[in-house]
Amino acid sequence: MTSAIQMVDITKTFPGVTANDNIDFSVDKAEIHGLLGENGAGKSVLMSILYGLYKPDSGDILVDGEKVDISGPSDAMRLGIGMVHQHFMLVPSLTVVENVILGREPTVNGVTLDMERMLRDVAESCKRYKLDVDIEAPVYQLPVGVQQRVEILKALYRGADVLILDEPTSVLTPGETEELFNAVRELKADGKTVIFISHKLREVLAICDRITVLKRGKVVGTVLAAETGEGQLAEMMVGRKIVYEFTKEAECGLEPVLRLEGLECLSDRGIPALRGLDLDLCGSEILGVAGVEGNGQTELVEAVMGLRELTGGSVKLDGQDITDTQPKTRIQMGVSHIPEDRHKRAIVPDFSVLENLVLGSQRDRFTRNGVSIDFAEAKRFSTDMINDYQIATPGPETLIRYLSGGNQQRVVVAREFSRDPPVVIAAQPTRGLDVGATEYVRRKLVEMRDHGAGVLLISADLDEIWALSDRVAVIYEGSIVAVKAVDETDVQEIGLLMAGGGNE
Amino acid sequence: MSERLTAAVRRVFGGGDGLQGLMIQVAAILIAFIVGAAVLAVTGYSPVDAYVSMASGAFGSSYGVGQTLTQATPIVFTSIAFLIGLKAGLFNIGIEGQFLMGAMGATLAGVYLDGLPWVIHVPLTILVGMIAGALWSLIPAVLKSRFDAHEVITTMMLSYVATHFTSYLVNYPFKAPGWVAQSLKISGSAELPRILPPTQLSAAIFVAVIVTVASTYFLQKTIMGYELRATGLNPSAAENAGISIDRNILVSMALSGAVAGLGGACEVMGIHRRFIQGFSPGYGWDGLAVALVGGLNPVGSFFASVLFGALRSGGMIMTRATGVPLDIVKILQALVIMFVAAPKLIRALLRRER
Ligand SMILES: Nc1ncnc2c1ncn2[C@@H]1O[C@H](COP(=O)(O)OP(=O)(O)OP(=O)(O)O)[C@@H](O)[C@H]1O
Ligand SMILES: [Mg+2]
Repeated sequence: MTSAIQMVDITKTFPGVTANDNIDFSVDKAEIHGLLGENGAGKSVLMSILYGLYKPDSGDILVDGEKVDISGPSDAMRLGIGMVHQHFMLVPSLTVVENVILGREPTVNGVTLDMERMLRDVAESCKRYKLDVDIEAPVYQLPVGVQQRVEILKALYRGADVLILDEPTSVLTPGETEELFNAVRELKADGKTVIFISHKLREVLAICDRITVLKRGKVVGTVLAAETGEGQLAEMMVGRKIVYEFTKEAECGLEPVLRLEGLECLSDRGIPALRGLDLDLCGSEILGVAGVEGNGQTELVEAVMGLRELTGGSVKLDGQDITDTQPKTRIQMGVSHIPEDRHKRAIVPDFSVLENLVLGSQRDRFTRNGVSIDFAEAKRFSTDMINDYQIATPGPETLIRYLSGGNQQRVVVAREFSRDPPVVIAAQPTRGLDVGATEYVRRKLVEMRDHGAGVLLISADLDEIWALSDRVAVIYEGSIVAVKAVDETDVQEIGLLMAGGGNE
Repeated sequence: MSERLTAAVRRVFGGGDGLQGLMIQVAAILIAFIVGAAVLAVTGYSPVDAYVSMASGAFGSSYGVGQTLTQATPIVFTSIAFLIGLKAGLFNIGIEGQFLMGAMGATLAGVYLDGLPWVIHVPLTILVGMIAGALWSLIPAVLKSRFDAHEVITTMMLSYVATHFTSYLVNYPFKAPGWVAQSLKISGSAELPRILPPTQLSAAIFVAVIVTVASTYFLQKTIMGYELRATGLNPSAAENAGISIDRNILVSMALSGAVAGLGGACEVMGIHRRFIQGFSPGYGWDGLAVALVGGLNPVGSFFASVLFGALRSGGMIMTRATGVPLDIVKILQALVIMFVAAPKLIRALLRRER
């Protein structure tokens, strides 16, 4: 059987890094092939080469056994290769259909758009691959999970036989992930090939036929999913066992460190997002906030950080009312924040790693005279952080946009934890991190708690909440419907509450 | 919206990082001259003669150098003014108006605050010019931070208002006796000395150098500059880091206007010694283009200003010596901007050469 894709002896270097080092990688027809590896292992680069975004320094690519030259995405598309990036490339104001056909518009006579055919074609693909999308809705109104389906539709519409999905599940809720998997299985049944990148071993094992593990730009090996397990994969990736279990010791003092009372605010679209939310966060505890995405989590975090105007309620830090304070004051009072949307809130892509590490502390830690930034200190600090958090970067002066996704996240985590904050707001803190780094960040969160910090953990990943939290709060339609100690509840109960089952 | 605009401008004109960016910028300028040579040749002039006389006119004598730097000085200010706004994500295209208001402020201070020793009068006049420019740019800044009014529209409109308002002032209330629409002469104690007679080059060039150095330091090393750049590059992340977006809009616009106003003040104090209606051939507008050619950094802007100054001063000599019409200077300027705007093209050309 010929391979759908063969990449032979691929090498790609950037100044200071060898991202791909003599990689041999092949994928069979109608196979779901997993690509695993630590942050910065070279997964995205390898796939970008296949999709024509980067030119390899050396090596060959064979599609259906024939050597091809892919010098841009248009070549890739012509060869039936499609890619869904972690960053969607949709036009927000256009409808789903318009996005899907963009660049390939069917016409009646070469000029006028063939609306009917557009709708018919796209609706048909939706049905065929079980991709549930309202195809006439404008894209900006759709949740992330649905936007991703639009990206997949787009690739299929352009005739993709091989579909590359780069960390598709990192932005999805568990339910959406399940739907994506159904669609992927449908694609396979239709004879399509899928390359699937994820850091979640369980997902990779569940969906893939074979799995290739990369490490520092090299192939460690390719294994059959049926013949391996999480333990072996983790060991192939990091070379040691990974521990996700932590001791729990909740202990609430007299006064909660963070007290939220009756919070009310509007969403970006002007509809009520928080409706009288009450929550107490104690010192020395990790309080997990579980909920289906879009139930007010984003607004909750923004309200605590002072980034969103409240229409009611109060925020108290250590008994002190901070409802009307600026974000700056809250940061200085010791509220740290790991934002859920890395590119939007957490980093400045065109700043260097150093400049990103300074962000938020430029007025205290990194100045001696209150006027200029102490770059010598910043440099020292950056070097330490790069070592402590094992951030893979050529140096502190490298623009952060050139780091792999997981390494960008490490920069954010390093920056926020280094402030030694009494309150940590961690929204999806391990999104995009490999297993080793996930373990590291979780360990750090526990360490923070053990040193007396209150940690508010907002995560779409129930496993994460379960692994770390002392108490779990369930958020539903803008308010907290239940708070439970983890050892007095179970996943079923929380799942039910998340779906609004606690109201009767 | 204006974030997307400024981001696009940055992507196109920001050059690459460090040395590579510089190389591309220089290569673009060289290619513009090569294409310009082709234009000359096709229209029947000798490119060699034209360029030689232009270069020797601009740099070949102390008179030429003086004229070149004189032409360059105001653009140094206006280009840096523009880029300070752009760094914060603001498209301040009303530099011309802030420049004129600065010039007017300085004129009034120079004329009417009489009887001061020059050590006080010169800095005071400069200061009034800067404040006038800053106040003028604060109007769109407030409109933006309060009411979300887009600065491209408001700054441009206010630029026209400034042109007409200053014309009115020198036609009516502050008109000097005579036929020309101009103000009285500023007092001698407010003048910047000419440093290379018989050219008009004045001490303003030193002020321009200081502004270049100071703005580089400001943007790269100070907290405010850092916050300003963060705001320009990713306002949401800046906000999350405790940086107030509204405050940064005000700060960067005020600084931008102050530098433009300073440019206007220097032009009055060093060259015309009074406000003459229409004295600026559009220095503010030139500043936008020059900042882009300079790769969006102050030092680059300085050298790009000198280049544009040289094209102007050398161009006049060339016209006199070879009969090539002065329009070629306009064509060259346009070509330079065009090729600098096409870094990808330049990169591809460079690669082929290797
Ligand atoms: N455009 C670029 N310029 C310079 N270096 C780059 C560039 N793109 C990637 N790299 C580097 O190449 C290496 C591999 O990056 P890649 O994005 O493939 O990692 P990854 O395996 O996808 O990691 P992650 O799981 O974190 O997404 C990293 O060290 C990264 O910093
Ligand atoms: Mg990646």
